[in-house]
Parts: sequence; C-alpha cells; structure tokens
Amino acid sequence: MNKPIRRVSIFCLVLILALMARTNWVQGVQATSLADNTHNDRNKYDRYAYPRGNIMVGGTPVTSSDFVNGLRYKYKRSWKDGALYAPVTGYSSQSFGSSQLESLEDGVLAGTDDRLFFRNTLDMLTGKQKQGGDVTTTINAKAQKAAFDGLGAKKGAAVAIDPRTGAILALVSTPSYDPSTFAGGGAEDTKAWTDLNADANKPMLNRALRETYPPGSTFKLVTASAAFENNVFHSIDDPTDTPDHYILPNTTTELKNESANEPCAGATLKVGMDYSCNTVYGKIGADLGRDKMREQAEKFGFNTTVDTPIRAVQSFYPKTSSADGTALDSIGQHDTRATPLQMAMVAAAICNNGSLMQPYLVDEESSASLTTISKHSPKQLSQAISPATAQKLQDMMVSVVDNGTGTNAKIPGLTVGGKTGTAQHGEDNNGLPFAWFVSYAKDANNNAVAVAVVVEDGSNNRDGISGGRLAAPIAKAVMQAALSK
Amino acid sequence: MTPQGAPNRRNTELALLAFAVLLPVLAYANVGLAIDGSLPAGMLGYGLGMGALALIAHLVMRRWAPYADPLLLPLATLLNGLGVVMIWRLDKAGGLLKGNYPAAANQLMWSGLGIAFFIVVMVFLKDHRVLQRYTYISMAVALVLLAAPAFFPARKGDFGAKIWIHLGSFSIQPGEFAKIILTVFFAGYLMVKRDALALASRRFMGLYLPRGRDLGPIIAIWLVSLLILVFENDLGSSFLFFGLFVVMLYVATERTSWIIFGLVMSIGGATVVGATSSHVKVRIDAWLDPMAAFAPNHADGASDQIGQALFALGSGGVTGSGLGQGRSYLIGFAAKSDFIIGSFGEELGLTGLMAIFMLYGLIVQRGLRTAIAARDPFGKLFAVGLSSALALQVFVVAGGVTGLIPLTGMTMPFMAQGGSSVVANWALIALLLKISDSARRPGLEPATAQET
Repeated sequence: MNKPIRRVSIFCLVLILALMARTNWVQGVQATSLADNTHNDRNKYDRYAYPRGNIMVGGTPVTSSDFVNGLRYKYKRSWKDGALYAPVTGYSSQSFGSSQLESLEDGVLAGTDDRLFFRNTLDMLTGKQKQGGDVTTTINAKAQKAAFDGLGAKKGAAVAIDPRTGAILALVSTPSYDPSTFAGGGAEDTKAWTDLNADANKPMLNRALRETYPPGSTFKLVTASAAFENNVFHSIDDPTDTPDHYILPNTTTELKNESANEPCAGATLKVGMDYSCNTVYGKIGADLGRDKMREQAEKFGFNTTVDTPIRAVQSFYPKTSSADGTALDSIGQHDTRATPLQMAMVAAAICNNGSLMQPYLVDEESSASLTTISKHSPKQLSQAISPATAQKLQDMMVSVVDNGTGTNAKIPGLTVGGKTGTAQHGEDNNGLPFAWFVSYAKDANNNAVAVAVVVEDGSNNRDGISGGRLAAPIAKAVMQAALSK
Repeated sequence: MTPQGAPNRRNTELALLAFAVLLPVLAYANVGLAIDGSLPAGMLGYGLGMGALALIAHLVMRRWAPYADPLLLPLATLLNGLGVVMIWRLDKAGGLLKGNYPAAANQLMWSGLGIAFFIVVMVFLKDHRVLQRYTYISMAVALVLLAAPAFFPARKGDFGAKIWIHLGSFSIQPGEFAKIILTVFFAGYLMVKRDALALASRRFMGLYLPRGRDLGPIIAIWLVSLLILVFENDLGSSFLFFGLFVVMLYVATERTSWIIFGLVMSIGGATVVGATSSHVKVRIDAWLDPMAAFAPNHADGASDQIGQALFALGSGGVTGSGLGQGRSYLIGFAAKSDFIIGSFGEELGLTGLMAIFMLYGLIVQRGLRTAIAARDPFGKLFAVGLSSALALQVFVVAGGVTGLIPLTGMTMPFMAQGGSSVVANWALIALLLKISDSARRPGLEPATAQET
C-alpha cells in the first residue's frame, strides 16, 4: 500500500502548494489593488489612525487633530474658526469623505505622500509616531476676517489676490458652515451633515470658486480692455459715438442706462465708466464683435478651469451670440457668467500691468518636522492686456472710485481703483440683482491687492441694491486689511 | 529508555513543545503591546496554563506512547496557541460588531478539553487496531451524526448551512467528529474488502469496474454525501467525506481507476447540485465575483465576506500589519472562525500564512509518514484517512477564504474558534500518535500477539 500512500502524499503536497501559490498571488501580486480598493474601509480608518497634518494660515494652524481614541478612529479632525476658513480647508469627515484642501492635499496631510517616504521610514525606525505633514496657505488672516465680517449675514463671496504673484489672500463664501460639526461619525454628525445638505441657502457651496454669476457692469473692464487692445480707442478721454437712445443691433429693443439723467450720450470712455453707462459699453462690444470680445475675455481667464488647487468652475463668455446678444454680453448680462475669483483675476491683471498670474492657495507643503517638500513659485497665466492698456484701465478705475459709483471704496493713503456692478438675473430679470465690486489697491511701496466681492440678493428691495453701496465697503475693508491700512 | 531500539525522540518533542508554547506567549505579549501598550495581564496565566497542558500531554506520551512521532504534538500545540491569541486579539476589537463576545476564554477552555480528550485516547486506547472491531457501528454512528443537524431547526446565525446541533446555548458541529468516526469505518471496511475490490472486477472501456455488491457501499456513501449537501447545504463536509473515501479506496486497492471513477461521480454530483441548489449557486457567484457584494444594487443576501477577506489579505501584503495592528475584524463575525486565515493573513502577512500552511503541511506529512511506517493495513488506511482528511479540510477552508475555490464554510483545524473542531482535531492527533507509536516501536509485534 505504500506506493499509493506516496502518491497521496504528493496529492496533499499539491493541495498545500496550491494554497501557497494562491496566497502569493493575492498578497503579492494583487495586494496593492486590493488594499487601495475604494470599498476597503481600512483606508478610511487609516486616515484617522494618527494625527493629521495641519492647514496653516499666517503661521498658525487653523486645523487640529484631536485624539479621541475611538474604536475605529483614533483621531478626529477639528477646525478653528471653521466657518471662516471652510471655503479654503474644506472638510475631512470620518463618515462623509473630504473636500477642497483636506481632500486635494490629503497625501501630505495624511503623511502618505511619496515625498514623505524617507521621513516616515526614519520615524518608523526611531519609533516616533507617524504624523501627517503641513500645508501652508497664502491666506492673509486679517483680509479673510475682514471679508467674512463684511459679508456677515448676507449671501455672497469675496476673493482677494496679490496681483504680483497670484497668491490668494482671502477666499470667503457666506453663509458658511463649520466642518467640525460633522467630522465624526455619530448621530449628531449625521444630523449636521443632512441639515447642511438640505439647507436652501447652500452653506457648503463654495461661492467664491464654484458659483458663477452674471458679472454685470464689472465686465465693462473687459470690454474697455478689448477696445484699447484692438486700437478702437487710444485714450480714456476719447469720446464715443454713443446715441442718446441706443437700440440693440437688428432689434427694436432699446438698451437703457440706470437713469436717464446720466451723461452717457457721446460720453468719453472714462465718463462712461464713472457713470457705468450701459449704452457706451454695450455699443463698443457690439461694434467690436463677439470674437474679439471673447478673445479678450479668454485672455483674462474666461472659458478655462483654474486649479488653485481647489478647482474653480469655468467662467463663461459665449462663443455664439447674435449682435444684440454681444451688446448685452459686453455689459456682463445675457450669457456672460463669472466666478468671484475670475473677476478678482481681471482686477489683478489690470493692477499688475496686464500680466495675469496663476492664482494659488498653497504656498508650501512640509513634513511634520517642518522640512519643506514643495514651495510654490509664481507663474504667469497670460499677458491679458498690454502695460499701456493696463495703465489706461487703472486710470479709469481710480476715476470710478474718485468721481464715480465707487466712492465708498476710497482709502486714504492708498491708490484705489474699482468698478461697481449690479447684475440683473432671473426670469425676465425679475430676481433681485447681484451687487458686485471689483477693485484693486496699491500702496506707496507697490504692495497691492485685487479684490472681487459679490453679494446675492443683498436687500429686500431692488432700489437698495447697488455694487457701490453693498459690495464696495466690504472690498474696502479687505483691501485695508490686506495692506494693513 | 529503550537502549536497543531507535531513539524515541521524546526530548526533541519536549524542546519543540517549549518553543510551541513560547511562540504564542510572545504573540500574546505582542498583541497586548500593540493594542494597549502594555503586557497583557493574563499573560503569565496563559503561558503557565498552555505550558502545563502541553507538559501533561508530553508526560502522558512518555508513559503511554513513548515511540510516537515527536512533531505532531508541538505542531498542534503551536497552531492551537496561535489560534487562541488571534481570537483574543479579535475579542479586543470587540464591541465593534454585533454578536461578538469574549471567545478567547471559551476557546482556551475547549483547548483544555481537547487536550484532556487527547490524554484519554492516549491512556485508554491500548492499540489502534481495537477500533477495527467497531467498523459497522462507526458507520452507523457517523451517519447518525451527519444526518442529525437536518432534524434540528436551523438558527439565524447559521447562514444557510445546517451543520450545527443547538442544545440551549450549547452547540456542536457533529461533522467534525463524524470525520474521524467515518475514517474508522472506511479503514475497517476497506481493509476487509480491498482484495475483492481490487481483483474481482471486470474490465470495461479500459477501467476496472467492481462487482455490484462491492460497489454498493460506495454508491451509498456517494449518495449520502450528496444528500447531506442538499439537505444541510454543507458543501464542505460532502466534499471532504467523498474525497476522503476516494483517497482511502485508492490506497486500499492501488487502482487508479477508482480515482477516475470518483472524479466522474463527484463532477456529476456537483453539476447536478450546483444547478439545482440556490445556496450553492450563491456561493459560486460569490467566488466568481467577490466584489459584486459592494456594487450599489447587488443581489439580496450577497455576502461581502470573501471580498472583505481579500481586502484583509491585500492590506496585509507580504509582511503583514503586525499582530494587533490590522483591521481583520472588518471581515465580520467570521473573522475568528471560518475566516481566521484571513485575519492571520492581514496581521502576519504572506510570510505568516506561508509559515502556517507549512505547519499544516508538516502535520499532514508526519501523518502520511506514519501511514507508510505502520505495520498493519488497518493502521495504514486509518492514518492515510486521518491525514488526508486534515489536508482536504485545510485546503477547502483556506482555499475558500483566499478565493481559490468556492467558499464552503468549514473550520480551520486547531485555529478557528469552535469547541467541536478543537476537541475533534486533538482526538485526530492522538489517534495518529497512537498509530505512529506502534509503528515506530522497536521489535515486531504481530497483530495476533495483541491482547485484543
């Protein structure tokens, strides 16, 4: 019987070898894809198994990782001034995933980034607790606070940019939310999450980057740029060929100004900007035609997505419009739509002699021991307009603040330029208009800031809404804070 | 002790046993340090308890089975000890899952009982050949045991397979004992019938087919195994018993045609059952696409266990997460029973699993070596049966957990949580040791000289 027993031995050996081969396949070859599978909850728990790195604003962390010693999660994320910084940090919740910088910089914050490998290995060998790296933002705490307080209970957004580098100094969206309320996995967290998602005011919407509004009269800056760039006008005091009653091309519809008393007929570009004449800039746009208008808008960043790294949705300038549509597009109505970031970019490019810098939020990434692993270097997105055109636009914007609709933004000791906007929207323009203010400020040392503010439905009645009254004071406060005036 | 014979290797066994006790104690300390940052309070008691049990077993062997194989006891002790540590480790993660309860203490108690049973076999079974006398009684007992669960109501936690007998809060899995008892029957029956089966057959299409009266019991066993499969939804046991029978038949008759015959029958049976039983179909679907349970609109009742086990194995990778540092409790309630191999795979990694499979492989190898060395045909058949049953069971369980074959829901010998399994497998080791003791005993002792 020994011969068959030997064969049975071989059979049993084959069984064991088959198990070994299979295990090698699963744990060797397939291991990574199984470990990284989205349904493998280990990844979720690992993220909170050790302290997460922090998001820094002006040298101070605005986040922290609290040791909660839960059964599955050891740490829980919390935010200081959560509502203030939510549009920047986003959330990182045990139950509901993560967003914005918490999500985009997860590799660094969770310490899983390949660039941290050496550090992690060293920590493992020295027995130090694993810890995520830090992400330093470009946010200026004072400017951020000024924008947030200025918007207050109103719905809206504000973006401030350093025109010379593209560094985003303030990024505010109101109403906001506190990510700490749903960072955990308890019943309260679920309730907070459900309530926030059901809130009609959409507090979790990042209005500064993810919402587009009709830019209204602030878009006249783009139209004026196109006019100078295409050599239709050479000086801001050139008179325009604007009739008293401007009828939209190929229609019988009259384009009206805000009030009939304004000196818009035949006005110069500067006066047209001071009084925000629709007829002046509607006609300029229609005369230039949609393609030239679109080219100029695209140089400012329209029709492209911008990653700050938080992705901003595309601002839109239409590719196809009839002539009457182009007239309306040119004054920021009709199909033109812009994010607050986009309008801040327009102001920044004008302020920075026409050079549009890539807006960015993350200045530096570092390991837990503060070794820098990446540092942002400013990058030009485009030369949106020539320096000469930029100078003319600056003169017009300063004039708006000195003599026109933007006087509320005046700051002693600073050169301030701005443009108001009151954008119609809704069915037959029945919705309460959006109040815009787009501006920049420079001090004697050439420090500068560009700001865009939008306030949605900021008043109960139509007459109470204007960019100059609602949005300009907020922009002013942000500029003062950013330049410490 | 026996100056004239071969070395009996009892001292080797003692040294190996010390290692087999020390290793789980260190693993226990490791888990405590990883989870609580301190040595577990029960470490000393656990170490002393395990050590004492192993020592008693060893002393019993010195007295009642001095020539037995020196490897089997340490191997079983090591696997049993590691299993208890893993169960304790998963208890520590308890409270996360419903239906979890402190199982390590239970398992330790059952291990003690298993070793007690081992000692009883050692002391009271003078010679394994005694068991020959119970050939037909064994068959009856085994069939009763196998059929019993079908007459008891299934419980919610049984998940389809009716392989438990519940008596109050106490439940036993009779299949584990039937495995050994049935081997007694097979060995006894085949030893008597082997000549008839091997020689009195007709050649048909190149195969030797036996006479009807010799074939009868085989067909009967085949049908019974299929009936168990159908009524109790127990794929594992039917595969195990049928495979066991074919292997023993082949060894007894030395005819390859039995293997072919057995293969044809099992494929036929599996096809029929696979096509008709919804339970089996679910298992096969889960094997073919383990991730289907995670799809947003997956079929009702699709279990994510295989997927979870694969995640555990994948996350463990080559070196594992370290004892106490994995999250194998995500596999669910079965993390410490059917799926304990998945838990080990995560925390000890591929490296650890290879070692564990080697340990099982060694037990099987020592068992088969005993079969070759055994001097009587009954002992040979019995040892082959016990060893290959263990090999088949390990293959079926670990193969199911790692996704090699469809999952059948059996327990990993020695490691998995479960009293019946631990006690039965300790008995199995005791029987193998008894056979090896008589096989390695110096000086021929013919069967007729036995006092039986």
